[in-house]
Amino acid sequence: MAEIRVEHLRKAFGDFVAVQDSNFVVGDGEFFVMLGPSGCGKTTTLRMIAGLELPTGGKILLGGEDVTMRRARERDIAFVFQLFALYPHMNVRKNIGFPLLAQGMPGIEIRQRVEETAKLLRIDHLLNKSVSGLAGGDRQRVALGRAIVRRPKCFLMDEPLGTLDTEFRDLMVHELRELHNRIHATTVYVTHDQMEAMSMADKIAVMNHGVIEQFGTPREIYDRPATMFVADFIGSPPMNFLGFGGGLSKGAREIVVQGAKVAVPEVREDIAPADMALGIRPEHIRFDDASKLRGAIYGTEYLGTTQIVAVETSGGIIKARVPAEIRLNAGDHVGLALSSARLSLFEKGSGRAVRTAIHDGASQGRAHHG
Amino acid sequence: MSLTSAHSVVAPSATSKRVAGTIIVLYALISIVPLLWIFATSFKTPPDSIAYPPKILFQPSLEGYCNLFSTRTRQTPEYINSLGPATGVCDETVRKRNMVIAGPSNFMPRFINSLIIAFGSTFCAVFLGTLSAYGFSRFKVPLADDLLFFILSTRMMPPIAVAIPIYLMYRELGLSDTALGMILLYTAVNVSLAVWLLKGFIDEIPREYEEAAMIDGYTRLQAFWRTVLPQATTGIAATAIFCLIFAWNEYAFAALLTSGTAQTAPPFIPTIIGEGGQDWPAVAAGTTIFLVPILVFTILLRKQLLRGITFGAVRK
Repeated sequence: MAEIRVEHLRKAFGDFVAVQDSNFVVGDGEFFVMLGPSGCGKTTTLRMIAGLELPTGGKILLGGEDVTMRRARERDIAFVFQLFALYPHMNVRKNIGFPLLAQGMPGIEIRQRVEETAKLLRIDHLLNKSVSGLAGGDRQRVALGRAIVRRPKCFLMDEPLGTLDTEFRDLMVHELRELHNRIHATTVYVTHDQMEAMSMADKIAVMNHGVIEQFGTPREIYDRPATMFVADFIGSPPMNFLGFGGGLSKGAREIVVQGAKVAVPEVREDIAPADMALGIRPEHIRFDDASKLRGAIYGTEYLGTTQIVAVETSGGIIKARVPAEIRLNAGDHVGLALSSARLSLFEKGSGRAVRTAIHDGASQGRAHHG
Repeated sequence: MSLTSAHSVVAPSATSKRVAGTIIVLYALISIVPLLWIFATSFKTPPDSIAYPPKILFQPSLEGYCNLFSTRTRQTPEYINSLGPATGVCDETVRKRNMVIAGPSNFMPRFINSLIIAFGSTFCAVFLGTLSAYGFSRFKVPLADDLLFFILSTRMMPPIAVAIPIYLMYRELGLSDTALGMILLYTAVNVSLAVWLLKGFIDEIPREYEEAAMIDGYTRLQAFWRTVLPQATTGIAATAIFCLIFAWNEYAFAALLTSGTAQTAPPFIPTIIGEGGQDWPAVAAGTTIFLVPILVFTILLRKQLLRGITFGAVRK
């Protein structure tokens, strides 16, 4: 296993820049997830690490070795494709053993290694079956088997659960993480599904338009989004944004939103007057009749343990997650109280988060751009 | 409206199925009549073959096949009577016509020429076609579209339009009347078809297969050989049949460029007519045997051929 270091990585296809100056380090044995909407450059980054695309600029180091221009087969990595790429003309055993055959390993040893791997993945009963008859989950396991059988330096996975049904997907998320805990392989996992990312990752990089918007642990990304894009992309429903104007000065602890005073975490930097946004997660909003921030209930979405309530305020719709027991009717006027300690402030122009007390003791997390 | 009259909007109704079936059966019958005619004629005696009205029922005879495979000389009955007993069916048959077998005819060597040239050129066209189709499908080839059009354009004019230049070139190069020359020529004609057909098939094989193999430690050529080729067999088989049918049936170039050692069966078969009267049974026998290889090949690969026609040629 090895550490993956990506420095100033860039990829352009003609005029289109797919990846702009990416920098990140995946520690040895870490489960790293690249998360972003389709077309954000996450798969391109992965393919460059694999050696399936050559970068336009920058460096890729695998276990300290510069592999930027090496061929895929010389990198000692394994790749799990979205469509699994199981060879339809081979059975399960041959599929899993295929990478070992390339190394010229003797047949007996291949057999042994394939059987060990199959046991680890609990597919040893399928070894002599044809891959075309397998169910989605088993196909996935065979693809994983082909990846781990070689004991490579790292695993790269490109939306490997993308084609599975929801039910299977939850099961596989669990299995993948469990497998990772057992073999501690450095893993780079690409997905557009935030639930997969949050539940499996040690570290997440959120990408958009070829730029890494934030790099951090799932908790950091959820609690302290570095940009409005991250705040909006992560969480369901996403973070609410309430616009407000004027600058901020260091040490400020209060802002005015829609005529109501709102306490905020202590601001740690001076911001020139500009369009700003206050970001608050739905679960950090309560109903409080005393609050000056008011609106009319627009609709509710019942989720069992909680409900999502859309409230129409003068500044747009705000969604709150409140206990399911509260009885509400459309049109009711309610006051909204925000948990001050959990809210974020953003500069609307750049989308950047303002440094406040919530960032104390943590890096801002935004990737630096050259 | 009763519910029983309800019918599916997608599945064809029983009536339309019956009509379609009838049309297909009629068409098949009409198509097969000439083949049956040839087959029947090959087992007739020469007088039966030109009888009017044509004989549907007749005493089958191997005379056509005997005449096809042998050359014969006319002898006096006295001479024939002086010979020992007939050595085989053919010997006996020809003696009844006051002839004796002088030796084997040229049919076998011509038939073998046909086999060598048709299968050789099919192999070359499919081999080159597979590799170039793979290249066009997977790599950014500069001017790929123009090149593909150029390749296709070689098929746009009738091949015989270039007959005279090819005839002259072949004479200069010493390729006239050689199997190599015919293989090269048929390969050149077929390779455009092969590239286009196979590109369609290879485009449909996700490139993840090779990428997976290359990450797993194989070179591109190994990955191509082990992952792409096995999945392209359908397309390759279909393409091979198309190429083979063309090369097997080709008459014009074969008649122009081959006359002796490399002559193929198509220009040879008509020459049988001239040898000792209008020997229709022998011609029919030659034609019947000539049909066999292509028939066997097509039956062996019929599944692939069907899929080839419906899948590969029409890309999504």
